Amino acid sequence: MTILVLAEHNNIDIKSSTLSTIYAASQIDQDIHVLVTGYECEELAKNISKCEKVSKVYLANNEKLKNPIAENIEPIVVSLANNYSHIMAPATTFGKNIFPRIAVKLDIAQVSDVIKIISSDTFMRPIYAGNAIATVKSNDKIKVVTVRPTSFDPVETSGGKEQVENISFDNDSGSVEFIDREESKSERPELSTARVVISGGRGLQSAENFQLLNEIADKLNAAVGASRAAVDAGYVSNDYQVGQTGKVVVPDLYIAVGISGAIQHLAGMKESKVIVAINKDEEAPIFNVADYGLNADLFEALPQLSSELDKLNTIQQ
Amino acid sequence: MKLLVTVKRVIDYNVQIRVKADGSGVEKDNVKMSMNPPDENAVEEALRIKEAGKADEIIILTIGNDRAQETIRTALAMGADRGIHIKTDNDLEPLAISKIISKVAEEEKPSIILMGKQAIDDDCNQTGQMTSALLNWPQATFASKIEIEEQSAIVTREIDEGLERIKVSIPFVASCDLRLNEPRYASLPNIMKAKKKPIDTKDASSLGINIEPRIEQIKVEEPPVRQKGIMVSDVAELVQKLKHEAKVI
Repeated sequence: MTILVLAEHNNIDIKSSTLSTIYAASQIDQDIHVLVTGYECEELAKNISKCEKVSKVYLANNEKLKNPIAENIEPIVVSLANNYSHIMAPATTFGKNIFPRIAVKLDIAQVSDVIKIISSDTFMRPIYAGNAIATVKSNDKIKVVTVRPTSFDPVETSGGKEQVENISFDNDSGSVEFIDREESKSERPELSTARVVISGGRGLQSAENFQLLNEIADKLNAAVGASRAAVDAGYVSNDYQVGQTGKVVVPDLYIAVGISGAIQHLAGMKESKVIVAINKDEEAPIFNVADYGLNADLFEALPQLSSELDKLNTIQQ
Repeated sequence: MKLLVTVKRVIDYNVQIRVKADGSGVEKDNVKMSMNPPDENAVEEALRIKEAGKADEIIILTIGNDRAQETIRTALAMGADRGIHIKTDNDLEPLAISKIISKVAEEEKPSIILMGKQAIDDDCNQTGQMTSALLNWPQATFASKIEIEEQSAIVTREIDEGLERIKVSIPFVASCDLRLNEPRYASLPNIMKAKKKPIDTKDASSLGINIEPRIEQIKVEEPPVRQKGIMVSDVAELVQKLKHEAKVI
């Protein structure tokens, strides 16, 4: 058995979602190949070949692959598929966009968003926004699987066999044209991998008030997240969203501020190690999952939290 | 231009689901059912495209048991023109669903297929992409804005890093995000009118498509329950607890 992992990257850096997918693959078999599709990314491919558990990297390097157009990546994976027992990718918007195409072209039923590997054909995955966990067995010859990156540790970026093989690409679909991408730039840690996350909901009342969260995030080296209500209200952009249709986060500490705790939001954060909820509504369902609840007005609590953290830092120094 | 919109009947998003004690699945009897939320966005977007004069017919397709017709009626009451009901009493996998949708699309020849980006019951997020690949039409997934041009459309997609814009040629398949629009409520006169709109019903077994499941569901269980924690009286106490008890700051 050999497993093929499709790498998510930005042509320069490997994403941690890929490292987690390699780790998930290693729970099934130790012979793991990684496919890199991109442009001017030889250096990146070399770095991936150095990663723990990786025995070989295939590189399809072409200007048409600079942006991850699903229609262009799919035939490359399909052409390699018959050599593998499993084909895996992270269940991020990158993997979700491409993998079902591969599955249907191979006439295989995909297993999405796996959180635990039971055996080479049996997996656990959340359904109903994580309110139930299904154990499923794939009876197809090749298993096409996407994994939830936050459920698996990333592999080390050293220890691989450092083998890279180039493969050709001549299959531009032509029906899709990439226009542009608007990425939020932030100095803070990435939301999906941060050790501490502080999220705001509709209770924040405005985009300006998110500054109160930013201030605390900087003191805790935390990422800032938001509920769907806050994104829909236009306080922050969509890449902040934590929940069933946003990102799933599993930090050591999750602080929910002014978030009532809809099922769809809980789906994205309830696996966090420690959950803090600050809300002025004592009936808010978020308190049912919180380790520490503070029933208070956030506009009083946040400045206090900020100054308490300052005190703590002064004592530590 | 014809638009085909697919809708799925699911447990209402406000219902707290219950896992059956024997581990065979989720309790669906006597539970409120509704249209899958992002499918409502797909219906709404189709109506807006038609109202802008860029389409002249909206067809609603659903695949499910007899009661799935109610979901078609809901879409017809919102303003769609006619329905197609592919009848089956089994829960089909996205692989089978996408084959059925492709078959209907080959007969109806719509210019755009609109669907929700994911169903909130199985959370698979596969059907749109599979349908696109089967038909060999471009896909525009997780769409939060769709601008129709002459022979193409510019679609804004919600991705983990932010937003992305792509241009796709018509015909294409769009999977709709919740932020695409605000779905309308059906008015009473429109609900009455919808009762007279035609729904064409066919049995799934009559299509000549293999719809046998490939994935075996071994069991369904409750996720581990999180113990409710404690309430703290003020911020100072919270910070002390986080520092000395939870040791996370």
